Amino acid sequence: MKLSSIFKSALMSTLLVSSALQAKSVYIATTAIVEHPALDAVRDGVKQVLNDNGYSGDKLKFTYESAQGKPDIASQIARKLVGDKPDIIVAIATPSAQSAATATKTIPIVFSAVTDPLAAKLVPKLEQPGGNVTGLSDMANLKEHFTLIKKFIPNLKTIGIPYNPGEANAVSMLDSAKEVAKEMGIKIVEAAAPKSSDVMIAAKQLVGKVDAIYCPIDNTIISAVESVVKVGIDAQVPVFAGDTGTVERGAIAAVGYNYFDLGRQTGDIVVRILKGEKPGSIDVKMAKGTDLYVNPKMAKRMGIEIPKAVLEKATKIIK
Amino acid sequence: MSLYAFLGTLEIGFIYGLVAMGVYLTFRILDFPDLTVDGSFTLGAAATAALIVSGVNPYLSTLVGTLAAASAGLVTAWLNLRFNILHLLASILTMTALYTINLRVMGKPNVSLIMEPTVLTPFEGLGIPAMYLKVIFVAVCAIIGGLLLAWFLYTQYGLAMRAVGSNKRMAQANGIVVKEKVYVGLALSNGLVGLAGALFAQTSGFADSTMGIGTIVVGLAAVIIGESLFGTKSMLVIVLSCIIGSILYRIAVSMALNADFLGFQASDLNLLTAVLVTLSLIFPKLRSEYKAKKAKRKRV
Repeated sequence: MKLSSIFKSALMSTLLVSSALQAKSVYIATTAIVEHPALDAVRDGVKQVLNDNGYSGDKLKFTYESAQGKPDIASQIARKLVGDKPDIIVAIATPSAQSAATATKTIPIVFSAVTDPLAAKLVPKLEQPGGNVTGLSDMANLKEHFTLIKKFIPNLKTIGIPYNPGEANAVSMLDSAKEVAKEMGIKIVEAAAPKSSDVMIAAKQLVGKVDAIYCPIDNTIISAVESVVKVGIDAQVPVFAGDTGTVERGAIAAVGYNYFDLGRQTGDIVVRILKGEKPGSIDVKMAKGTDLYVNPKMAKRMGIEIPKAVLEKATKIIK
Repeated sequence: MSLYAFLGTLEIGFIYGLVAMGVYLTFRILDFPDLTVDGSFTLGAAATAALIVSGVNPYLSTLVGTLAAASAGLVTAWLNLRFNILHLLASILTMTALYTINLRVMGKPNVSLIMEPTVLTPFEGLGIPAMYLKVIFVAVCAIIGGLLLAWFLYTQYGLAMRAVGSNKRMAQANGIVVKEKVYVGLALSNGLVGLAGALFAQTSGFADSTMGIGTIVVGLAAVIIGESLFGTKSMLVIVLSCIIGSILYRIAVSMALNADFLGFQASDLNLLTAVLVTLSLIFPKLRSEYKAKKAKRKRV
């Protein structure tokens, strides 16, 4: 090797070391129970935050595995990931997070889109959970949601909620919806839809019994939300939603987060761990979101008007 | 594949080996296509998890979970034998009912066992690393289960059951009580599947209402892979081929998970697994055809 090339390589490695000090190369492994626009957006949000913090290109190894809806595959993926020794495992939705938490007690796990991490026993407590697991809960701020509906229908008495009784997240949501509604003097009427093909019938069952239909963040309902919208138009029952994406698909309004944003909030936790914080000392976060989406065209078709005050506050008006 | 991933593959392979044995018993021995397993796998897991969470000893919980799943098999057999409902339909009815029953048993769609004692707890103090302990435990369970099943199929009673599957009328003519064999066979089959569910919940940390989906496909795939590699010689070989078939199926899944370098995406997993299983199915046939051709050429 010539002297100049030695000098060159020395210079190169100094450069590399200095850039490594800014952000050394990291391996983030993400996994989700199923592919689905909202969950995919979470993953993309995580990656965006990593890129923003200088983890990109050569400095970031980012993998993604989907269990295609099967818990046995989720379990196998978790073990594969632990064997790959990533710096952090990002586990999206309850079964994926539980599989990962069982597979390793040492590799940091950041969960996301888990509605009730306490019921899922991912963490013993939300503040300073200890151990190797922390993350972001997407428990909806139902009080905010119902307050929004009340602005449309001042003498709101009953809200109908279609949900999948087989989905842990949906059941946690329904329980807290009932609590919140009770405080606000509202009655909840539930309609079970175990499969996406049952969503239409569930929505129809609610017609005549409720002043409004609220579509919660429930994988089954969201995947067939068009059928609820259709029932809303036919029966002139206003349909609201728990996430902004659903407004683009026909719900009248929603105040909430979009899942890309939720991914960004998850990514913030990931970056904190990369910078040296222990997962056990990071509080489990509740997802934040203040986006307000409204859909005037749909409101008209469902026979309701969007109050001026709401329209003025909207962050996005669907055309 | 890393060691940890390989051990995980083995672990889930052994657990589903029990499922494969159950499926073998109904599909091949009794000639009774039984889809109950999609529900009874979850029932075994759900009942076991619910009991463990309420403080019952994990071994007793596993036993109850297994028996609950076995009784689900009895229901399918009853619908078929007592009311002449087609076996496929009868099992679909039971499976559908089990979805609700499983939700009731758990009280919610997901029960976590992450922080609960399990059947593995008594062995945790022995100094074996957790990653090996789980594999050893489920391997012992699957092998003991397999040996007991092989032994059972060699007994007079087991022989009678095999006779029922291969020729019902002949069996009846020889004084075998056909109905009783179907009842026992379905209970045994679903019991094995329920035991697998109970073990899966305890080693994976949760029972979930969706966990049974596709159990029948996985079980059948394992049976067919095992059969295509080993043929059907003795009961002992068959039982072992169920376990090995199940492990090979998991290795196929694992390879599909690692296929990023070929330009595959996570969403291609199902197709990739299907292709790998299909290859394992057609390989023995291609090989024998090739051999036959070669032999023919020699003769000419």
